[in-house]
Amino acid sequence: METGTEGTADPGAGTAGEPVWTGLPRGLLRVRRLLLALWLVPLTILAGALLGAFAGGAWAAFALLPLAALLWGWAMLGRNWRSWRYAERADDLLISRGVLWREETIVPYGRMQLVEVTSGPLERRFGLASLQLHTAAAATDATIPGLTPPEAERLRDRLTELGEARSAGL
Amino acid sequence: MTAPDAPADAPGAADAPGDAAARERRLHPVTPLRRAWAPVAVVLGWAAHDLNEAQRRLVQLTATTVLLGLAVLIPAAALYGFLSWWFTHFSVTDTELRIRTGLLFRRTAHIRLDRIQAVDVTQPLLARFIGVAKLRLDVIGADKRDELAFLGEREARALRAELLARAAGFAPESVHDVGEAPAEQLLHVPPRMLAVAILLTGAPFAMLLAALVVPSLLWLATHSLWTVVAAAVPLLGGAGTNSVGRFIKEYDWTVGESPDGLRIDHGLLDRDHETVPPGRVQTVRIVEPLLWRRLGWVRVELAVAGSSNSVLVPVAPREVARGVVERALPGVTVPGAEAFTRPPRRSGWCVPLWWRGYGLATTDAVFAARHGLVRRRLALVPHAKVQSVRLTQGPWERWRGVADVHVDTGANQTVTARLRDAGEAVELLRAQADRSRTGRRVARPDRWMSS
Repeated sequence: METGTEGTADPGAGTAGEPVWTGLPRGLLRVRRLLLALWLVPLTILAGALLGAFAGGAWAAFALLPLAALLWGWAMLGRNWRSWRYAERADDLLISRGVLWREETIVPYGRMQLVEVTSGPLERRFGLASLQLHTAAAATDATIPGLTPPEAERLRDRLTELGEARSAGL
Repeated sequence: MTAPDAPADAPGAADAPGDAAARERRLHPVTPLRRAWAPVAVVLGWAAHDLNEAQRRLVQLTATTVLLGLAVLIPAAALYGFLSWWFTHFSVTDTELRIRTGLLFRRTAHIRLDRIQAVDVTQPLLARFIGVAKLRLDVIGADKRDELAFLGEREARALRAELLARAAGFAPESVHDVGEAPAEQLLHVPPRMLAVAILLTGAPFAMLLAALVVPSLLWLATHSLWTVVAAAVPLLGGAGTNSVGRFIKEYDWTVGESPDGLRIDHGLLDRDHETVPPGRVQTVRIVEPLLWRRLGWVRVELAVAGSSNSVLVPVAPREVARGVVERALPGVTVPGAEAFTRPPRRSGWCVPLWWRGYGLATTDAVFAARHGLVRRRLALVPHAKVQSVRLTQGPWERWRGVADVHVDTGANQTVTARLRDAGEAVELLRAQADRSRTGRRVARPDRWMSS
């Protein structure tokens, strides 16, 4: 499976106790870029054609704005996708994400109340599923988007099993 | 009507205490009166809403219409009240409290006793005269409708003792003999201290000031007496009711400790008796408003999952409050001021001035974070209560090499240690996850009397 962090060596990945990170499959990035292109490519063409036809060549340069947005967004989506990673440790799950606003969440297996796998119509079309963990604290925001359905199900089953074994009350 | 005989009226309430398993009971027979108020309140509300219309209608009424109206209204109210009482049952099994209710829409709530977070017995003023009380179990996700209102005063106490004994894990046959656990008083707030403390919060003065300034401005702007009166009365009323209401609610505040957990009793008119079983407190906050600092007073708030009660001590000297907190969170010592480490100086770029107010101390039992310069707040989370740990870092914070660590608890409160050095924050994140895991292993079981 092609993953985002395969190439990027984790600092200190070899040392004992350091988590083994897994990135997200490339599918999520593909879908997000596709959506971006679906919106911005027609917009660029439309803006260029209309402005070129009615306002003159100089005005058509404004069509470069959506194009710039497209290129910038393309790069940003890549960076964001690469920043997502998760690690299953012996007793807890780590999720790390974000480029500008970084966030790293640790959820102990014993605290999981509910593990949810969701897949919307678009996600299903591209063979993706997201996994969401709920604890008794509503502030816990532990979601892993864009997993392949078999991986999501494997993770769900494993987390449920580990959660049962280490279950603790409130 | 007196309370002691009342439960005996309810069918099935007074038989021998043998097999109590699924014996169904009804609420106190005065309960229908509570519901019977509804139609009268609707009529009164309508009359107050449109006074002129009501007066005209009143003049038109003849004695016969009045009598006819009452003849319909009173039996209807009585019937509604009676039926809703008749169709409400509750029973206590070994593991659950079951409440069955509803005339048209049946509703059955099964509340698991080992999941009890707190038990409240409350007595509104009127209920105190009649000798009845409400009993509510705080469970996560429980509904306001799941309270037992009303029970006889003595029955409510007995039921609370029984529920706590079952929740604690006493053997089913001994539950009735265990009785009420003895309580040892930890703290009592004298009324004078409470009054001074409420005045010193500054809220009453702020409201009073607003009540004087706003109408004067309005007078200058409009010169209309009615506008001024319309603005001043609610403001003055608000200033009064806010403080007086708080005084009435927190009057005679007593905190006690018993094997069943913390006991909190308070109230001048409405009496509240709360019981928080051991190991249910998720977070404790010690708040120190500016004007209390000279007197060395603090307020202590606590968070219990699924419960709306939030005050542990309305006001107490710092050392006394510390003692109560250490009883509420067994095994925890409140770190002293010297134990807290401040964020690095460079974090002043992220939060100017206020960065000095932040502080963090972790012991092997508790995660303690402090914030606030004017109104100091200290939040304590026992490691065993941590649901998840998060580290966040915005671009601005990354530039200065600092990060925030959040600790989420089950009472939907998040305690944040802000602006820690980035390296330290990562270490703190990992260490906190480990500590929470080991903390849970040594925590007491849900059924606190079973070992």
